[in-house]
Amino acid sequence: MKKIWNSTPVRFLRSSPRLTIGICLVLVVLFMTLAAPLFTSYDPNFRSAGEYHSAPGGTHFLGTTQLGKDVWSQVLYGGQKSLMVGILAGALTIILSMFFGISSGYIGGAYDSIVSTLTNVLMVIPNIVLLLIVSSMVDGGVSPLVICLIIGLTSWPWNARVLRAQTMSIRNREFVYSAETLGESKIRILFVEIMPNMLSMITSAFVGTMIYAIMAHATLEFIGFGDPLSVTWGTMLYNAQNTGALQSGIWWEIIGPVMGLVMLGTGLTLINFSIDEISNPKLRAQRIMRDYYKAKKRQQRKVGKAV
Amino acid sequence: MKYISKRLGFYLVAFFAAVALNFFLPRLMPGNPVQMYLAEMSQSGGKIDPQVIASVEQMFGYDGSVPLIQSFFHYVVNIFKGDWGVSFAYYPQTVLGAVQRAMGWTIFLMGTSLIIGFIVNNLLGILVAWKRGSRLDTTLTVGGQILANIPSAITALLLSFWLCYSGVFPLGYAVTPLYQPPTVWAFIKDVLYHAAVPLLAIFSTSLGGIMGMRANMINQLGDDYIVMGIAKGLPEHKIMFGYGARNALLPVVTSLAMQIGFMLGGSLIIEQVFNYPGLGKIMVNAINRRDYPLMQGILLMTTIIMLSANFLADISVLILDPRTRTQSMKGKK
Repeated sequence: MKKIWNSTPVRFLRSSPRLTIGICLVLVVLFMTLAAPLFTSYDPNFRSAGEYHSAPGGTHFLGTTQLGKDVWSQVLYGGQKSLMVGILAGALTIILSMFFGISSGYIGGAYDSIVSTLTNVLMVIPNIVLLLIVSSMVDGGVSPLVICLIIGLTSWPWNARVLRAQTMSIRNREFVYSAETLGESKIRILFVEIMPNMLSMITSAFVGTMIYAIMAHATLEFIGFGDPLSVTWGTMLYNAQNTGALQSGIWWEIIGPVMGLVMLGTGLTLINFSIDEISNPKLRAQRIMRDYYKAKKRQQRKVGKAV
Repeated sequence: MKYISKRLGFYLVAFFAAVALNFFLPRLMPGNPVQMYLAEMSQSGGKIDPQVIASVEQMFGYDGSVPLIQSFFHYVVNIFKGDWGVSFAYYPQTVLGAVQRAMGWTIFLMGTSLIIGFIVNNLLGILVAWKRGSRLDTTLTVGGQILANIPSAITALLLSFWLCYSGVFPLGYAVTPLYQPPTVWAFIKDVLYHAAVPLLAIFSTSLGGIMGMRANMINQLGDDYIVMGIAKGLPEHKIMFGYGARNALLPVVTSLAMQIGFMLGGSLIIEQVFNYPGLGKIMVNAINRRDYPLMQGILLMTTIIMLSANFLADISVLILDPRTRTQSMKGKK
């Protein structure tokens, strides 16, 4: 037991409580949603006759909706879809950002100015409105997959800009020049010399876009996009808002999706902070500073007592 | 002036991109949009008279006999003339009229929260950078970032449940319906009373700005001129605000564009939750009624709002950063 406690990964987790809490939160959400049948025996679309808006407790852990559907099972099964969309859309966004950001930073010239103008223009057009308009043009209901695509296609510019700036600063370093002098191919320089130096930035951008995608998905569905029959956290909130659940004090309809989104958002944010901290020694120095402050306070207290 | 004209040129490009998006997006979709939307309209019980058909066709510039470029040109001219088509959802009204009535409230919400958010975020960022590594630092940066990452819809729902449902603040609308305020002050009080909770919601989503200011400030604090200031024995607040913050503020103002877009998106969603009669509210109505001209009008109008806000940010950069001014002098020579 002690061996495990003192092993390298555990020691690492102990030294960074933020990361530990973040990973725990995300794992709890992942486990609960992916293993949904273990935690509930209800089908999310099953309507219990005669039990409309019944309060939590009894046979329904989190009560029922206006139509008599079990809220707890909806929370669990709905989370699956929200997570899937988040991961897929996050991946798509980061791939597009990497492609445009790194290529325009490395190639430069006219290509760079075209791509960065495009990026800046897309950043000025309000993202959420663009999302709405594009999704309203797609006929026949907006499936989660289409939402993934739309989020991916409209939200890559911010990260592309960050990655472009980073690529430009790296490509002027000496090791890139020496690689060029050695006659390495451009592709090799991009993937072997430049990319590894940006890995932490790419990871953190990926986590960031995942948060964004999950939240954008929920937001889109909350204001009435997406298929109202499919159960996700967004549509649950939409139904709760539309049936006036909040106004009549039926808190159990929204507590599940709200808690799920808050836990997921908090967990991923904490993980993102730790990625930054691990990859950036300057930030790690802050923890040393904190210990310094503590020591200083202790010393002051001692001096105070002595006086 | 080179700086300003360069930015203005960029804004023109951005505006045309938005117009082009509006024009070409429906064309990329399969089928004849005019027929599709007319069918949808008749299903939803809308009246179809020749005027509506003409308006729909005009909105897409959809006339098979005219080449694409020419109809695009026609569309652009119509936009500059102020002819943005007729709204389905608010039928007798034009799109421009409906958008104009709503945009005032959105600008009020967004502008106020932007100013409050800018001041509070930067002050907190300066403070937290000064005390970096302390418990206050951790709480504010991590907490602010988490609040910023939680969607505005959730924040708004929770706040409305907590503050409005309990009866402390009103449940919706921008002013009390059918209430004739006797004085201007009573009107302002009424508006602020209704806007308080929505403002709080938008503000809380903007708290991620603390991080940016903090990072810039920490970078500045490591510089030699700060050490010099400390060595000279300048008082702490002078180093903090007169030396560090002045330089740290600059990148924050430059990157304001992102934040403005974020807040605009947030305020559109929040309006829906609080039943606030701004652009967000009519946007959701437009979506529910599949009112395409209105949606496109909203996209254009929000883009214009974004561009204007960005332009103001550019001008303040010009005031804050002497380097841009010398650059423009060089440009003249």
